[in-house]
Amino acid sequence: MPPDSLTFTKTNWNGTRRSSYFPVIFSVLFLLTFVGSYRLAQVQPLLLFEAEGRRNIWKFVAGMFPPDLSWDFLRLLGRPILETIQISLMGTFMAVAIGFPLGLLATSSLTFKGILNEREIAGSRPRALFHKASYLLARAVLSLFRTIPEFVWAFMFVRAVGLGPFPGVLAIGISYAGMLGKVYSEILEHVNPGPLEALQATGASKPTIVLYGLMPQALPNVVSYTLYRWECAVRASAILGFVGAGGIGQQLEISMRMFNFNQVFTLVAILFVMVAGVDALSARARGAIMGRQRI
Amino acid sequence: MYKLDRVSKVFDGRIVAVDELDLKVRRGEKLALIGPSGAGKTTLFRMLNLTIPPTSGTLLFDGLDIGRLYGRRLREVRRRIGTVYQQHNLVPRFQVVHNVLSGKLGAWPLWRAVRSLIRPAEADLAFEALSQVGIPEKLYDRTETLSGGQQQRVAIARTLVQNPEVILADEPVSSVDPALAAGIVKLLIELSETYRKTLIMNLHSVDLALAYFPRVIGLRDGKILFDLPAAEVTDEHLATLYAGSQTETTEEVTGRAELRPVRACQPHLTS
Amino acid sequence: MPNTGTQSARLAPPKGRDLLNASNIMILAGFFALMVWSYIGTEFSLRSLLGGESAVQIWAYAKNLFPPDLSRDFLLKTGHWTLETFAMSFLGTILAVLIALALVFFSSRNLMFAGLLFEMERSRPWLRVLRTGLYLFAKSTLNVLRTVPHLVWALILVFAVGLGPFPGMLALGIHTGGVLGRLFGEVVENVETQPIEALQATGASRLQILFYGILPQVLPEFVAYTLYRWEVNIREAVILGYVGAGGLGQQIQIAISLFLEHRLLTLIIAIYVIVTLVDYLSAYLRSRLV
Repeated sequence: MPPDSLTFTKTNWNGTRRSSYFPVIFSVLFLLTFVGSYRLAQVQPLLLFEAEGRRNIWKFVAGMFPPDLSWDFLRLLGRPILETIQISLMGTFMAVAIGFPLGLLATSSLTFKGILNEREIAGSRPRALFHKASYLLARAVLSLFRTIPEFVWAFMFVRAVGLGPFPGVLAIGISYAGMLGKVYSEILEHVNPGPLEALQATGASKPTIVLYGLMPQALPNVVSYTLYRWECAVRASAILGFVGAGGIGQQLEISMRMFNFNQVFTLVAILFVMVAGVDALSARARGAIMGRQRI
Repeated sequence: MYKLDRVSKVFDGRIVAVDELDLKVRRGEKLALIGPSGAGKTTLFRMLNLTIPPTSGTLLFDGLDIGRLYGRRLREVRRRIGTVYQQHNLVPRFQVVHNVLSGKLGAWPLWRAVRSLIRPAEADLAFEALSQVGIPEKLYDRTETLSGGQQQRVAIARTLVQNPEVILADEPVSSVDPALAAGIVKLLIELSETYRKTLIMNLHSVDLALAYFPRVIGLRDGKILFDLPAAEVTDEHLATLYAGSQTETTEEVTGRAELRPVRACQPHLTS
Repeated sequence: MPNTGTQSARLAPPKGRDLLNASNIMILAGFFALMVWSYIGTEFSLRSLLGGESAVQIWAYAKNLFPPDLSRDFLLKTGHWTLETFAMSFLGTILAVLIALALVFFSSRNLMFAGLLFEMERSRPWLRVLRTGLYLFAKSTLNVLRTVPHLVWALILVFAVGLGPFPGMLALGIHTGGVLGRLFGEVVENVETQPIEALQATGASRLQILFYGILPQVLPEFVAYTLYRWEVNIREAVILGYVGAGGLGQQIQIAISLFLEHRLLTLIIAIYVIVTLVDYLSAYLRSRLV
């Protein structure tokens, strides 16, 4: 009998033993991945300490001070800062507008499972298939939207509709719709089904059931997550400018390319303040919504 | 009102919850359903209020074959049947007025339902209903702040507002303080008598069933064991019904048949 | 409906709270104003999007992408770049964990100078000052690491060590280190105090309390957050290459500037595959390890 420590035996609820090799397999795979990645990523830590590398880093750090606070430069930034906020807002609005309906469709308890649908699809095969198909399609679309990074969406849209804030909004709108839709569907899926059954029994139509039964239960979580997504949208909008999608990212890219590190410092500082401000605002809004005695 | 003909409900192709049941209920009747847990009472109810379809057999409601009802027609028929649940199934975050008025959702178009959330459309109606169940002052309180018994009354008020022809009550007092249970059962009986509604109640407590209902049906393993006037239910019937069940010992149950109190005028419970 | 039963006299209905009150309307108006302001500012055009010029442009561009370039040569290279991106995210995450672990315990108030670990200390104020200073330093370092966008870090590091996936991995590690440091910090600050109180009462030193009381509680959550963050990382790794930090991102930048749309589609498909894979891996490991 091999000693327990080698085979990591586990005892099941009914007393039988089951050996688990998972920790061993995991460690081996982890090490292999590590070594493989090390080579693939061409990791050469010594590069950081080489003379050339050090000189460059020093040039960069030194170049940041003093930060460029000239009025000429700051004057330029007014519009892009506002634009970044606008992109984040409009992008989030669009994401909700697209993500919410898709999220509803992607909730199995609304589309084809459970008591809300049993009578609709009972005895009608094509109808059942149609419902399930719309559910699967909604899930696939949401998955596509959120898997491709918003950056990639951004420069595709820039290629398609031109430079400016518009493609930035589209990029955030689409990719965040995917994220919002998925989370919305998870929230809706875990709602208490009792009130829904009661509402259905009084003869209410499905939209009414959603309004009176689902939304009140899901609302706090939905709003909270949407506000959190807006925070992320602000950060994303700031850098989408790198590919020409408006906001201060555009200026950031220019400054970096021209090696104007003191400008870079100013821009990053501004970004810092913006993000902190948005974080605080969003936290307050979330607290107000959750704590409020509504309806 | 109801005519069930060999109605069965089978889940996942294996679990027979209701087994070839025949049942007739006349308009205006009051009837209690008793039986051990898992007897199929709740499943039967969910078929009676058109939540789930029967697997086989015919269910007629007021002469209509419910198997042929869909969409709008189905909702119209559902409106005529009101349900009171054991877990009351109210929306906790809503003010009481919205929960009560949700009984009207079967009759309201969507825009009306939306408007009512902003400004309650028929608040006086809700107030009337709440007065009938004894808690009018709670109209604008948040539902989750009410006690269990009070919430159940809100659920009953919701059914009143719906104004159905049939009231189905699925173990309405099982999650309520036993001291208040009789009050709620009496309330439902009085209301159904005043407004001439058919009342079918699912009860865990044999006492309450035998005390208040003229007709008692015993259900076990999805089949009707007996369908008798309350006076004719004997200890033997109860023993067979609950035999081997884990909820109560047969001795406890059989003693009950003798304790049947007279349906005297009892003081109106308003707490 | 006739009133039948109440013993008490007919009461007047209580006063309801009007949902359309002044402050609610103002909030709604403000919200609406924000929407209009953003709509105009971003040159968003709904009409153009739903069937107008933009729709045509987008559709034309989308059509251009097909069919994807599936030539053997390119597919092999794409496979290589995909693995490169994966390697970047993998090592980057590990580096991030190391950085976060190094800093998190110094950036938690309840471990540095506040809370029950320090209540009994009244003497040696200079030590307290030192600790507070250390705390501030750690906290602001983490802040800087995570606020500077990962793209900027990548640019800096490309500048320092040249092109390729190495600077990308470093940038990822540094930026994510800041993020994880903050997330870990929240976990540490919300740790349950009872086991710690018990340990302290037995006379254990602070370091011992750390190992016996705090680490066992926080490690599972650390792992969960790290795995969750890996899902975000792989997406970031993809785009870091855009500024020269290797992987699929770099190839995308090339394909775009050379107008090689079919290759772009292949690369996008590769992105979809690798991101989905990492998402699944992350979920699987979370269910097994946590």
